[in-house]
Amino acid sequence: MNNTLNRAFVHRRGRQPGGNFELYSWFFMRISGVVLLVLAVFHLFWMHGVIGVEEITFDVVAQRWSNPLWRLYDFFLLAFALTHGVNGLRGVADDYVHRPKWAVLLKSLIFLVYVVFLGMGAYIIFTFTPPAAAASLP
Amino acid sequence: MASTRTVYHRGRPILEGLRYRGREGMIVWILHRATGLGVLLFLLLHIFDIFLLGFGPEVFNHLLFLYSAWWARALEVFLLFGVLFHAVNGARVIIQDFWPRLWRYERELIWLELGLFVPVFLAGTYIFLKPLFD
Repeated sequence: MNNTLNRAFVHRRGRQPGGNFELYSWFFMRISGVVLLVLAVFHLFWMHGVIGVEEITFDVVAQRWSNPLWRLYDFFLLAFALTHGVNGLRGVADDYVHRPKWAVLLKSLIFLVYVVFLGMGAYIIFTFTPPAAAASLP
Repeated sequence: MASTRTVYHRGRPILEGLRYRGREGMIVWILHRATGLGVLLFLLLHIFDIFLLGFGPEVFNHLLFLYSAWWARALEVFLLFGVLFHAVNGARVIIQDFWPRLWRYERELIWLELGLFVPVFLAGTYIFLKPLFD
């Protein structure tokens, strides 16, 4: 176990193990990986096998999100998948972009994409109100 | 993860990189990275289309051809491949990371992983494409 943790530190070229960030990142990828193995695969088979992609319309989503537990499920899926994916992209950027100037620029851009898309997803999940329900509000 | 074993050759042509004979481990490492990037790309698209719910039923329903068109079905099978492969290969890497002694059996574990992946992927492909023929 210790060897593995050390390796997580060392393998990033030219980066000194100054903080614990890369260790937490390594650990997060594994924990979120296990979570997503359940959440993402289930989501994929549920939407295709049980609901059916050709059945999905605005009303079907509204119906689904009338249950707050589905909203919670979708938010967890969004947060874990996007964080896992963007952190993976950060690793890819580390592998191919070495010049500090470009690396900082690229990773800032990646972070911006992360914040914007997490915001868009969370916003719609938690504020969505179907028109009919909105009309019946006092 | 697997990237701990990669040796970086700066400025070498891609073909030379592919001649590096890492065998199964190298192939699944490349696939892991490619499927990860592909699934992330889809996730961004998916967040965008769900965000469009906020613009009302007309806008949202109008964009659903993105998912129900026949050519979209082919791409969805691609997505299934990406998610499932990334999942089983990632699970193998996690298991090996927490029980480092298993790294010795990496090649065998990769074949075990593919043995799990293929039937699930084929069953999933059937589920994904079935509505096209109903």
